[in-house]
This record gives sequence, C-alpha cells and structure tokens, in this order.
Amino acid sequence: MNVILLRRLERGIRSLTPFVTTLALVLLGTLPLPLPGFATVMPWLTLMAVYYWSIYRPDLLPLVATFLLGLVQDSLSGTPLGLNVSVLLVVQGVVVSQRRFFHGKTFLVEWWGFMLVAPGAALAAWVLVSLYFGVLVAPQPLGIQLLLSIALYPCLAWLFARAQHHLLRST
Amino acid sequence: MRQQGSPVRRLALPVKGWVQRFAFVLLVGAALSLLVFGKAGSPFIERLRLTITDAAAPVLDMLSRPVASASAVVEEVRQLVNLRSEMVLLRDENERLRRWQAVARKLEHENTAFRDLLNFVADPLPGFITARVIGDASGAFVRSVLITAGARDGVRKGQAVVNSNGLVGRVVETGARSARVLLLTDLNARIPVVVEATRLAAILAGDNSDRPRLIFLPKNARVSVGDRIVTSGRGGMLPAGLPIGVVTSLDGDSVRVQPFANWHTLEYVRVLDYVLSSALPSTHLADRAGPQR
Repeated sequence: MNVILLRRLERGIRSLTPFVTTLALVLLGTLPLPLPGFATVMPWLTLMAVYYWSIYRPDLLPLVATFLLGLVQDSLSGTPLGLNVSVLLVVQGVVVSQRRFFHGKTFLVEWWGFMLVAPGAALAAWVLVSLYFGVLVAPQPLGIQLLLSIALYPCLAWLFARAQHHLLRST
Repeated sequence: MRQQGSPVRRLALPVKGWVQRFAFVLLVGAALSLLVFGKAGSPFIERLRLTITDAAAPVLDMLSRPVASASAVVEEVRQLVNLRSEMVLLRDENERLRRWQAVARKLEHENTAFRDLLNFVADPLPGFITARVIGDASGAFVRSVLITAGARDGVRKGQAVVNSNGLVGRVVETGARSARVLLLTDLNARIPVVVEATRLAAILAGDNSDRPRLIFLPKNARVSVGDRIVTSGRGGMLPAGLPIGVVTSLDGDSVRVQPFANWHTLEYVRVLDYVLSSALPSTHLADRAGPQR
C-alpha cells in the first residue's frame, strides 16, 4: 500500500516540473544582475517556458497554472497586474490549439514557431502597456528583448527537454 | 493516443474541450479585468500584488545573495587591475576634497550663526533605513527595484530612496517586509527639482530611458550642460537638496539629465525617513498619476 502511495506522490511531484521550472525562471528573471543595462533587455524567460510546455506537456501546465505564473511575474516585475497573465494565457491558448502541427517535426520547426509567436506576444504586451499608461512606450528595449529571447530559445528548450526526459518520462 | 472505444469517452472528449475553452475565455477575461481594475487604482489589486511580492521576498533575498557575492568577486578583480590608476585619481580627489572640507566647515559655522540670528526653522534631518536590493524589475516597460525593507521597518509610500551617489527614486508600494522603489528613470516618475546654481524649478520626468528629461522649465530658462540638478523639496515629500544628476544634453526643448546613481551597481540603498507634518495626504502621489507633458 505504502509503496503505491509513495509512487503516486513521486509522480505527483514530478508532474509539477513544468510549473516549477517556469516559476524558477520568473524568479531568476527578477534577480538583480551586475550587468549594465541587462535588466532592461532580460530575455522573456516565462514566454519561452510557456511556449515549450504548451507544445510538449500542456496537460501538466493547466491554464490556471499559467494564470498564477503571470500573476507572480507581474507582481515582481512591477508591470501592470494582468499584463503577463493575459499575454501568456493567449500564447498558451494559441500554441495548444496548434500543437499537433509540431509533433514529429524537427527542432527547427519548433524554433520557427517561436519566432512567430514571440513577436506577436511582444506586440500584444506593447499595445496593452501603451494603453494602460496612455503613452507610447519606447519599443527599442522590447525589440532587443525579443531578439535575445529568440536567440536564447534553443538553450532553454534544450534544458527543458533534459528536464522532461529525466523527470517526466513515466508520467 | 488514447483509445476512444467506450461511449463515455466519446461523450467526455467534446465536453472536456468545451470546458477548456470556457475556462480559457474566463481566465483571459479575469486577466483583462485585473488590468482594468489596476488602472482604476483598486486597492484590492495593490494588496494582491503586495501579498505576492511579500511572499517571494525571502526567496529572492536568498537567491540574490550568491549573485551579489559573485559580482563582488568580479568587482574585486577589476579593482585589482586598475589599482594604480585608481590610486592616482583618488589622491587627486582627496586633495580636492580636503580643500572642500575646509570650505564646508567654514560655511557650516557661518550658516549656524546666520540661522541663530534669523531664528530660522531648519528642515528636520531625515533618519534612514538601509535595505538590500533583491529584485531588479527594470524590464522593457517599467524601471523599479524591490528592496528588503517594508512597512514593519518603517518604510512608507512616497519616501525618497538614495544611495551614496544621490537620489535613486521613491517608494511607491510597501508590503510588510518588502517595498517597491520606482526609479527616477521610470515612465511615471516625476520629481520636483531645481537647477542648483540658478535655483530654476522644474520637474524631472522619466521616460524609461537612462536619461530623464527636465520639463516645466520656465520659458527662456538658461540651462547649460554640466549644471547640477538637485531635489527642490517642493510638495514636502522629498528633502530639499538631494543630488540627482547633471544636465548632459540640450536638444531644442528637451533637456536631458544624467543621474548620478549607477543603476547596475545598486546593491544597498537608503530609504530616507522624512515626512513633513504638513505634507500631502499619502494617497496623493504624483508618481502614479501617469505621465503628462
């Protein structure tokens, strides 16, 4: 009996991997790094995480989890509460509806998909923020952030894939 | 792929999809309402944000320590490399400062004497609370940092935050053990300032760039590159005379100021505990009123 219970518990903890990795990236993204100007163009780590997990394990990253992650990100980064929440939710909705397309394709297709999704998400965020503050926010930092996110996506996707391989094979 | 044999499964699948679509619309709706309520200044939104920030503060505090020590090591190495040239510079500076010290002593005596003569009511000297920066939330849209001190340490909304170089920003949100500091450079930051030499009053307005603008300068005001900008103390929320930066460029109407504060080396800051008894009610903060020209 106990063994079964333990196994179930273990599986439960493992299945938190997508949520926990994304939450860790939210926290990592807010740490003060000693690189001049880097915080301004910090890659959009949560977007990459939500994109990846929406393709591979949407069952383990339910919409409510994404909602909470966006809430934490907005609270910590001081952006209008609801900004990251809505953008990440819409990204997840779009990606999950198209995920069959990515199955069995090479990584390049997944990366290419990210190159389409990320600018859309950035544009949506920019429009929302500009509406919220009632002023056109300078788009340059966002552009650099976007390019960095696209460039870094393969590294992060590799890490996620390792985590998925080691922790989620059986779930 | 699951097998879709049983009739229950066949029925359950579309229902599941329908429920998910419903949940999606509901959650996106909730997210957008958060934005709308936040814009309307709902206290619930602020409390929600503060609760989350407070809960994350100890974790961020812990995580930011190794980052801070790593950057300290890098700084150490850099200093070792530049030791010689740095020493020459410091010797020069020391010389100059010693002369300044003499002048300052003399002026201080003179000032006290004059104040005694005039029965001048001096500004209260601010006390301060030192806090560590645990979160740099300077993303593409906002410029703010999280610090380790909060309401239980005496941090209140509107207080000035400085480091050794000068004004950094002011407190806009306080949780129990953490607070958010809106930097001078944020889109919504508005600081009443004066040009130190000419005493011209203006407002320093951030726009998310590294160098905020001076607005509401009097027409035909003469400002030149290199002028020092300090807080004016108007509005009673900030002490007067805190150094902010120097004017670096004059481009038609736009006067840009380079702040003294070094944003990427902000590790410890001081929150000045300075509130005049006749100050504005704490709900009225120019910072959150949104940008204006």
